[in-house]
Amino acid sequence: MTLLDTLRTALKAVISYRIRSVLIVLAMSLGVAAVIILTALGDGARNFVINQFSSIGTNLLVVLPGRAETAGSFPGAVLGQTPRDLTLHDAQLLGRLPQVKRYAPLSIGAAELSTANRLREVTVLGSNENLIPIRHMKLALGSFITQGSERSAQIVLGAKIAADFFPHNPAIGQRVRLGDSRFLVSGVLASQGESMGFNTDEIVIIPVDYAQALFNTTSLFRILVEANNHGEIAATKQAILATLKQSHDGEDDNTVITQDAVLATFDRILHALTLAVAGIAAISLIVAGILVMNVMLVAVSQRTSEIGLLKAIGATSGDIRRLFFTEAAWLSLVGALLGFLLGQLGSLLIRILYPQFPAWAPTWASAAAIGIALITGIIATTLPAIKAAQLNAVAALNKK
Amino acid sequence: MIRLIDITRTFTMGEQTVLALNQINLQIASGEYLSIMGPSGSGKSTLLNIIGLLDQPDAGQYELDDKAVTDLTEIEQAQIRREKIGFVFQSFHLIPRLTAAENIELPLTLGGVPIDERKIRVQNALQAFELEQRANHRPAELSGGQRQRVAIARATIMQPSIILADEPTGNLDHQIGAEVMLLLENLQHQGTTLIIVTHDRELGSRANRQIAMRDGKILTDQTRDTP
Repeated sequence: MTLLDTLRTALKAVISYRIRSVLIVLAMSLGVAAVIILTALGDGARNFVINQFSSIGTNLLVVLPGRAETAGSFPGAVLGQTPRDLTLHDAQLLGRLPQVKRYAPLSIGAAELSTANRLREVTVLGSNENLIPIRHMKLALGSFITQGSERSAQIVLGAKIAADFFPHNPAIGQRVRLGDSRFLVSGVLASQGESMGFNTDEIVIIPVDYAQALFNTTSLFRILVEANNHGEIAATKQAILATLKQSHDGEDDNTVITQDAVLATFDRILHALTLAVAGIAAISLIVAGILVMNVMLVAVSQRTSEIGLLKAIGATSGDIRRLFFTEAAWLSLVGALLGFLLGQLGSLLIRILYPQFPAWAPTWASAAAIGIALITGIIATTLPAIKAAQLNAVAALNKK
Repeated sequence: MIRLIDITRTFTMGEQTVLALNQINLQIASGEYLSIMGPSGSGKSTLLNIIGLLDQPDAGQYELDDKAVTDLTEIEQAQIRREKIGFVFQSFHLIPRLTAAENIELPLTLGGVPIDERKIRVQNALQAFELEQRANHRPAELSGGQRQRVAIARATIMQPSIILADEPTGNLDHQIGAEVMLLLENLQHQGTTLIIVTHDRELGSRANRQIAMRDGKILTDQTRDTP
């Protein structure tokens, strides 16, 4: 019997037993679709986090005052218990390092923002002109605190605050009062919404020394540093720690966080999560395989007299084995392909419903799902096919 | 040319051993018309199955066309069944999901005959057995006589030298049965060896050579001089 005839004969059998075939194909395709959709969700979550991180710059290093002495505890600054603060002087020292492209000191606090007829409490960031490029923020209008004008009393408003305070006339050039000082509105941030838990629409930014004066402090909350290039991140981190140690009387009391370290951790966790859900979904494929075995066993006993007849008219045991294998292969193949389509459709649906969530199933997951479906389907048919081939021809023919 | 030498076949039924064939010696020339008769359990069907290579003897020698076939491999025996032997069964044994034409085509498919040649040979067989109008009907849509004609067409499509028929008219009424017998006898006139197993004396007496069996042994073996 030629391969083409085997394929054709088996396909005819698949089509003849319509309800049985549809049910197996459905079970198989649901298993494959589950693997694809779940890995799409897992990998989507991973990419979502990576995107969030890269939106704040991948060459970014964050310097925190204080040092995590034991695993699991926060750097001291969060709890306000560090003996030596980060100062503007420290930031300027870092700015002179050859590996550093630019830096932005960050001072943070809350103050009352008011105009003639409006007043509200706002989050105030004190920084310099580099904050915008380092944090990948955008200005909608006007200019940011320009180079060399750190001492001029200028303020940049978040998009929502600008809209709240100046709903009818342009905000640029207006005067506002922040705490006890007066500021000139020089720019308005473009609306960006949440970025790493920070709503940039509802903040105001002023020069860092004004912020320190406003909050009556000389310490900084953070120093953001951008390295020249991605490959120098580790060297830059060492240089920063060495510089600060020297500046702080030989005390190693600062922490530098790199994006890469955090990103790699998230990447690992979410990748493991994706593998785990893919593994769970793959169980449904094994179940589908067992279903194929069950159905093929029933097919063998239903078609016993047919097998006897095939032997009588000259089929070898090999022919019969191949026919049953091919039948299972057809069922698995159609199920796997249908499942692939269903899975892609499901992922597409998720992407349409949640546009910011990149739910693409990784290629390895699709390939593995289809592969496992085919292999389990065919392995599951081994027993029924051998059973069919070993049937005694006379007994099979006499079975009613 | 079929030659059976001391063929013995036993079956184990529970704890009992049944001697289905007891040292059978039989020689059948090419083109003979032979009927094997006997009550049920006499071993006539077992003898037919052994001649058709569907069953293996426990002892003895079977020579087909002067070649020992008892010790051939399973694949070689399948090839002999495909090329030299055609089976006709009481219950037709048509595959219900295939059309009449596809059922007739099956042995050609198994033999790896190219599809173009298959179509021509099936078409010729449909014509020869007056089944052209029924080519695309499934067995369930055919009458008993038509089903047996499809089965005979399938048994002869490979142009075998031997036709083995086990109660070929058992499921047919008298007149249709007679028509089917004429078809089979017509094949024998063209040179095919025809062996019919039956418990029906009237049917068996149509054959030139009649064998009566009982308890796994040949009781009588009579040959009529004039056909």
